[in-house]
Amino acid sequence: MAISFELNGKEVSADVEPDTPLLWVLRDHFKLTGTKFGCGIAQCGACTVHLNGLTRRSCITPISQVDGGTVTTIEGVSGEEARAIQDAWVALDVPQCGFCQSGQVMSATALLREIPKPTDENIDQAMAGNICRCATYVRIRKAIHRASDSMEG
Amino acid sequence: MTRQPETTATGGLTRRGFLKGAAASAASLVIGVHLPNRAWAEDGVEPAAGAFAPNAFVRIDPDSTVTVIVKHIEFGQGPVTGLSTLVAEELDADWLQMRAELAPADTAKYTNKLFGLQGTGGSTAMASSFEPMRKAGAAARAVLVQAAANRWGVDPGEITIERGTLSDGSGSHKASFGDLVADAAKLEVPGDPKLKSPDQFRLIGTQVGKLDTPEKSNGKQIFTLDLYPDDLITATILHPPQFGAKVASVDDSAARAVKGVIDVKTVPAGVAVYAENTHAALKGRKALKVQWDSSGAETRSTLQMEREYSQAAKKPGLDARSDGDVEKALGSADTVIEAEYFFPFLAHAPMETLDAVIQFKEGQVTAWMGTQIQTLDRGGLARVFGVDKEKVLLYTQYAGGSFGRRAQPGADFAVEAAQVTKALDTDRPVKLMWTRENDIQGGRYRPLAIHRLRGGLDKDGNVVAWDQQIAVQSFMKGTPFEDFMIKDGIDASAVEGSKELPYAIPNLRVGQHLMDNGVPTLWWRSVEHTHNAYANETFLDELFERAGTDPVEGRLALLGDKHPRHSGVLKKVAEMVKKAGDVPEGRQRGVAVHKSFGSYVAQIAEVSKNAAGEPRVHRMWCAVDCGVPVNPDVIRAQMEGGMGYGIGAVLYDAISLSDGGYVEQSNFDRYRSIRINEMPDIEVEVIRSTEPPTGVGEPGTPPSGPAIANAWRRLTGQSVHRLPLVPITA
Repeated sequence: MAISFELNGKEVSADVEPDTPLLWVLRDHFKLTGTKFGCGIAQCGACTVHLNGLTRRSCITPISQVDGGTVTTIEGVSGEEARAIQDAWVALDVPQCGFCQSGQVMSATALLREIPKPTDENIDQAMAGNICRCATYVRIRKAIHRASDSMEG
Repeated sequence: MTRQPETTATGGLTRRGFLKGAAASAASLVIGVHLPNRAWAEDGVEPAAGAFAPNAFVRIDPDSTVTVIVKHIEFGQGPVTGLSTLVAEELDADWLQMRAELAPADTAKYTNKLFGLQGTGGSTAMASSFEPMRKAGAAARAVLVQAAANRWGVDPGEITIERGTLSDGSGSHKASFGDLVADAAKLEVPGDPKLKSPDQFRLIGTQVGKLDTPEKSNGKQIFTLDLYPDDLITATILHPPQFGAKVASVDDSAARAVKGVIDVKTVPAGVAVYAENTHAALKGRKALKVQWDSSGAETRSTLQMEREYSQAAKKPGLDARSDGDVEKALGSADTVIEAEYFFPFLAHAPMETLDAVIQFKEGQVTAWMGTQIQTLDRGGLARVFGVDKEKVLLYTQYAGGSFGRRAQPGADFAVEAAQVTKALDTDRPVKLMWTRENDIQGGRYRPLAIHRLRGGLDKDGNVVAWDQQIAVQSFMKGTPFEDFMIKDGIDASAVEGSKELPYAIPNLRVGQHLMDNGVPTLWWRSVEHTHNAYANETFLDELFERAGTDPVEGRLALLGDKHPRHSGVLKKVAEMVKKAGDVPEGRQRGVAVHKSFGSYVAQIAEVSKNAAGEPRVHRMWCAVDCGVPVNPDVIRAQMEGGMGYGIGAVLYDAISLSDGGYVEQSNFDRYRSIRINEMPDIEVEVIRSTEPPTGVGEPGTPPSGPAIANAWRRLTGQSVHRLPLVPITA
């Protein structure tokens, strides 16, 4: 069954089983490997993408639900917030192993779009779904504040 | 950002389809240094080649790019940046011209001189590389200088290098590294180049940006999971539900009916499902109906194991250490306190589950994986395919965490992946991907342990007796490391950190009971220091509290003047906390200090009780002495991460087995990882030491648990002798 959607700004279609999770369509079919597999049950957030502008766990999202939608992955994320987040990630050397960081960046970018000046509580709420086994959380928090500050003026 | 984003894994399989060789291009200059090698005689372990085998660590391209071949796997602990810093330092390179590649399996070239084989572990990457990598850089520098001297007709002594640019004394000649590559390639490389003295360091000790950060922030870093060579087959595997069980019979008709499934095979580790895509491989696995033969399985529950370990720990075991007369001192002590500690199995749960891509074509094995002990994994691959190890190309990949999980003395995962590939009898590449369920239920846990402690105080409150009996299984037995690690029946790993207790206690005994257990175990970040340091530092704290002794002053007094580096970090962390001010209402603080892997770490935790009655760790302070701090920010990051890892485990984590030996957790829903809302603020101070550098990947973990437990006891009056602190409710 061919599913059509917008992927990182381009119209695409994929002829895959309708129950295939978006994660595996992105990875196996489109070879967009920045989005990671971590748990398969929406517990860790490594597979976070934006679907129609909102964060979405692609590991439990069947591709049939994406038909006609708009998907953004780490490879295509752009705009002021994404730039600020990624610059802050580099400036503070946030990643360690790096495997979860695409998901972290996608969640953090969505947070800044919704709340340009997040409090620590806002950060806890928006980022608690993204596990980092290297526990880079101290720097993730600092980098989100830094990104937010950098967007002022 | 201007930071160079171009790090690649040697042999990294790109989406275009094939590998870049490890060898330098013809126009590049390759510099080698000589490393001492030591042979391992074990079966399957590659004997080290002659002591003068040339080792290639540095490549300089005509465009002046300096590529460091990093012999240690990178999974976040920082060797790509750390080892590149050493080369750049001696080479006087500009940091922006530096790149890194991970070395493939090649024991002769890339031996870890502390192990005698190629591998990463025990926080040894920096300790084993500090001099060799600097020599590699210094040798490259000497050759470039000679090439410039020849070209300009000046004395080499007149030539200086400033951030990657050579010039002579007159200032009339300038050259980049790339300008000199062709000339340099014709010159002899000095065997013993002169190294800088520490006061000449320009990069070591400063904060250079990590080379791998940009690609890890934009999704471009390639891990094993991300390799999609042409004609890839994806495989999943169903393991037995108990450790040691085997496949009895398989009904794979439903699995084979799944669109995209290619085949199903029974392999020694379980049942493998092969498919054209990951979804089909997962769906096929779900459709398998397997009968298991559990006749050889470990069927005890963790509760039963606990009872047996507890019985053993009640009696004195084999002495790992015995000072004075413990029984006599306990008999005459004014106050005696006793405690039994329970430490559960723990899974490592790295973010990237175990995975590998293996191709067997025309007698040649090519494998890509996050291999942590390349020598042993390569040997395992060769054994399975029945080929000489020279017929195995093994490319080390960036890995999504390890915490010890990827360092396998028995090469279990490499062997399993090889068996899965071989069983299909195909020349297509096969990617075996473990799911999180495979990972959490797959064993190789931190061992379950019971400690029984008895401590005695005299009438003045001095600690006069300490008896520690440790019941734990050995994971060194039956591995290539056994002869090295087990001496006179004492497993150095099992008792590490307790046997070396630094406190001046006149009557001190540490006994070891090695327990048989069918659950496979392994080193887990900081190995057995995790439970040993916890027992040491919480029990001592209880003795101090009973005696009315200040926990910091009491420790300093027992450390005396024989352990200045322990005392140094303890004083430093106490200073940091003093600056932070008094403890806020409703909170308490706890301290712990521990040495592991050559590094000294002291921590203080500030804890309150949250609305659910669980501990909330608000802040932690950490002082670390790891010798010369090569990259202070990487050290801080490793302390933060090591502490987070320890905090999560101590608060939330346990692997438990029900009656029959079934693991009760299977994913992050019940094996709870620490999350950002549970992470404390952390401040780290790095001691400016001039001692040789030691590791930082693990030493941050051991003190975090006891510091929190000590704070919790002082806050609530409850001792924490059973982990995790927050009981499993699921």
